[in-house]
Amino acid sequence: MPKKVSLMGLCLAAAMLLSYVETLIPPLVAFPGIKAGLANIVVIFALWRFGFKEASLISFSRIILCTLIFGNFVSFWYSLCGATLSLIVMALLKKTEKFSVIGVSIAGGVMHNVGQILIAIFILGSRAVLSFLPALIIFGAVSGVAIGTLSALLIKKLEKTKFY
Amino acid sequence: MPHRLYRDMQVAMNKKRNDLILLLSIVLVTALVLIVFHFLKTDGATVTVTKNGEKYATYPLMQDAEIKLSGAQGHATLIIEDGQAYIKDASCSDKLCIKQGKINKNGETIVCLPNKLVITVNSDDDPAVIS
Ligand SMILES: [Zn+2]
Repeated sequence: MPKKVSLMGLCLAAAMLLSYVETLIPPLVAFPGIKAGLANIVVIFALWRFGFKEASLISFSRIILCTLIFGNFVSFWYSLCGATLSLIVMALLKKTEKFSVIGVSIAGGVMHNVGQILIAIFILGSRAVLSFLPALIIFGAVSGVAIGTLSALLIKKLEKTKFY
Repeated sequence: MPHRLYRDMQVAMNKKRNDLILLLSIVLVTALVLIVFHFLKTDGATVTVTKNGEKYATYPLMQDAEIKLSGAQGHATLIIEDGQAYIKDASCSDKLCIKQGKINKNGETIVCLPNKLVITVNSDDDPAVIS
């Protein structure tokens, strides 16, 4: 049990580091808050290694800590909404056992951006932001392939490693 | 157990195939929607500025103007020029509103999240044309 907690702590640290690295990369899409979601690599890993509850815990802790360290209150809501929607859809898709890590990650990437647009509609009080949706869906799907490939590699590499 | 190994491989291949179907359907459907919308786009007549979720003002696209807007984080300068609208400079933290470029078709939008500003092109039938 303590070893599981320390591995989860390690995941959280890795997720925070990846979020930080991402702030250094210039945005690829001119819509604020949209990132490739490098931290999702860790969340997907946790989803496979531990399960939904643990992955949520790592994901939400990361968002809270990153907001406190280098985020702001606005980015907090965008991250939270994107991460929640993405995580729920990924967990459901994983449960069907019809998709590999990459397929699950694609859905996660898309839903992450959909979640951000939904909260943007709410915060900005304008449905006009929906016009960004198509570009963001494609961007989410493509980044999902990349993130999923990396996650699959990580899951496989660490599969045999006994942490506990 | 070679039989089991074979079955595992089959399952993995099916998953890979489903991944591909998922990716292609997402990209194709979205691309199709984008293409259809692109051809349906018509030139707009006005730009509407929404500030903090409330409609702030509407300007005709036909009339060149330089409008100083103040948002949640500071100012932004909206330029209307040659029937197009864009943000020239802004004091927001990410400057993405400037990067979003020029808009002139119905429904096209510029968003500045830090400033909570949304600028949308509309087809209002009553553009306040001043001659
Ligand atoms: Zn801006």
